[in-house]
Amino acid sequence: MKDNGCEGKKKRCRTLMIEGTKYKTYLNKKYETRKFWEKKDEKKIYTFIPGTVVKLYVKKGQSVKKGEPLMLLEAMKMRNIITSPSDGKIRKLNVKEGRKLKKDQLMAEIE
Amino acid sequence: MGLKRKILELHKKREEVLKGGGEKAIEKQAAMGKLTARERIVSLLDPDSFHEYDLFVEHEARDFNMDKKILHGDGVIIGTGTIYGAPVCIFAQDFTVAGGSLGMMHARKITKIMDHALKLKVPLIGINDSGGARIQEGVNSLAGYGEIFFRNTLSSGVIPQISVILGPCAGGAVYSPALTDFVFVVDKISKMFITGPEVIKTVLGEEISMEDLGGAKVHSEITGNAHFYAKSEAECFEQIKKLVSFIPWNNIRKAKAFEPKEPKSEYRVSEIVPGDPRQPYDVRDVIKGIVDDSDFFEIQEFWAANIVIGFGRMNGETIGFVANQPLVLAGVLDVDSSDKAARFIRFCDAFNIPIITLVDLPGYLPGVDQEHMGVIRHGAKVLYAYSEATVAKITVILRKAYGGGYIAMASRHLRADFVFAWPTAEIAVMGPEGAANIIFRKDIMEADDPDKMRKQKVKEYKEKFANPYVAAARGYVDSVIEPEETRKLILHAIDVSGSKSVFLPNKKHGIPPF
Repeated sequence: MKDNGCEGKKKRCRTLMIEGTKYKTYLNKKYETRKFWEKKDEKKIYTFIPGTVVKLYVKKGQSVKKGEPLMLLEAMKMRNIITSPSDGKIRKLNVKEGRKLKKDQLMAEIE
Repeated sequence: MGLKRKILELHKKREEVLKGGGEKAIEKQAAMGKLTARERIVSLLDPDSFHEYDLFVEHEARDFNMDKKILHGDGVIIGTGTIYGAPVCIFAQDFTVAGGSLGMMHARKITKIMDHALKLKVPLIGINDSGGARIQEGVNSLAGYGEIFFRNTLSSGVIPQISVILGPCAGGAVYSPALTDFVFVVDKISKMFITGPEVIKTVLGEEISMEDLGGAKVHSEITGNAHFYAKSEAECFEQIKKLVSFIPWNNIRKAKAFEPKEPKSEYRVSEIVPGDPRQPYDVRDVIKGIVDDSDFFEIQEFWAANIVIGFGRMNGETIGFVANQPLVLAGVLDVDSSDKAARFIRFCDAFNIPIITLVDLPGYLPGVDQEHMGVIRHGAKVLYAYSEATVAKITVILRKAYGGGYIAMASRHLRADFVFAWPTAEIAVMGPEGAANIIFRKDIMEADDPDKMRKQKVKEYKEKFANPYVAAARGYVDSVIEPEETRKLILHAIDVSGSKSVFLPNKKHGIPPF
């Protein structure tokens, strides 16, 4: 009798649920390291590309209007104006001028 | 007298050019654990079969003092030879000469052998080991790449094209391998990327080594750009030889037939597959239980392992296999496995290789990441490839075939020529658990003991629908067979479909969801 897959092997089988049925199987690296989706918080502003903040136009606590420039993020030799997604107050400002940022880093929060 | 001297002169000239980049550069190449271009060709081809062309080609660059530089063969070796007697055209970039950089004449040598391959209708093998464009030759070097890509595309589906990455292959250069049918990589030697670690660091601030960015493992496991992974150049050459033995020279000829052999007795298909559709097994063992001599040559073994593709022989003739792998991710279709299967199906169809599909899948992989990566358009490639294929298509449903997965895996509806199902087959719109939950929702909700009711309804559904007979009653399945009959019936199917011909609507070309 051939070895039927997972039994008696070092690597353990896992359970994968598809349409209500649980299957015994190995998972692969890509599946195990996949990113879980989260709803985007409109009030939080993240870097969409790694770069450097070259200019700040606002201060913490300042009131801003939707579309108002908050900062200038230089990335890949392009200057990107980061604007406010909504009316509100700057609750948090996590960046300083000249700071290098990675992708998906939280830059500011609007109240 | 005059003739002798002229021959002596030829010998001297040859000797000079055969030095390549000179002793020092050759030592450096060896220190990197690499063979020279000429050694590679000799190792790969049949003994004494290589005939070289354009040995005396010289570059024409004048700028940047290039006119004073001698680059033997302009950094690339081209010629014809044989592998197990099959003719091939081959080029090998010589890293010892100016880092194998591609200048105008270098590119012209490559395109010359490519034109030759297409005209002679024989496989093309390209060994890549090059620092990239020869900057001193500017736009002429870019033109050279473009001419190569154009020929790769023209040759696609006419002759098999094989790329062997035995060194750096970066920037634009890497698009030639990407256009070819099979890419071979070797651990620690192959490096493929569009933008290198340097650029990534300066522009994005991400630090990564060449190996982690585009090494052999990365392309065999993560990107799927490579089809075959080897630990050494010697192993790589054996893999290439084996591949060449399986594929035809061109899209008109058939692959060479071998002596038929029975599968090995240790692979008994009836003992490999558990009856419970939720239990895993290695579908490659089933393939080994079907093919001649249990010899299955797997392609892209380490990437998207939830689907298995590769070549085997039946009655001595080459067959392409596509099989869901219940051992990995329950054998689902997803973005990567769809890409992998679709391209292979198109290769088989282009080169008249019959396709056997072994079906055992619960459907598509659920998840936001899959949906957002475009599993719709990637999954559609499988439907397109199977529908378009006109070679003999033989389908064996081993166990579950649910929903869209059932349709996609070479079903009757996509014009499979033969659909066999084992008694363990479950051809249904979804698994019993999911189906019962929907159909009997009201009964379950209103029951005193919903769990008990659910179990009962699942059981009822299983008995009624989790079998091959509902599909067989409509003729979607041609015959329900015993597992041990599989090889015999596939052999019969191949036998009777030898003259298969179908007529498709006249068109310039279709538009597959690339």
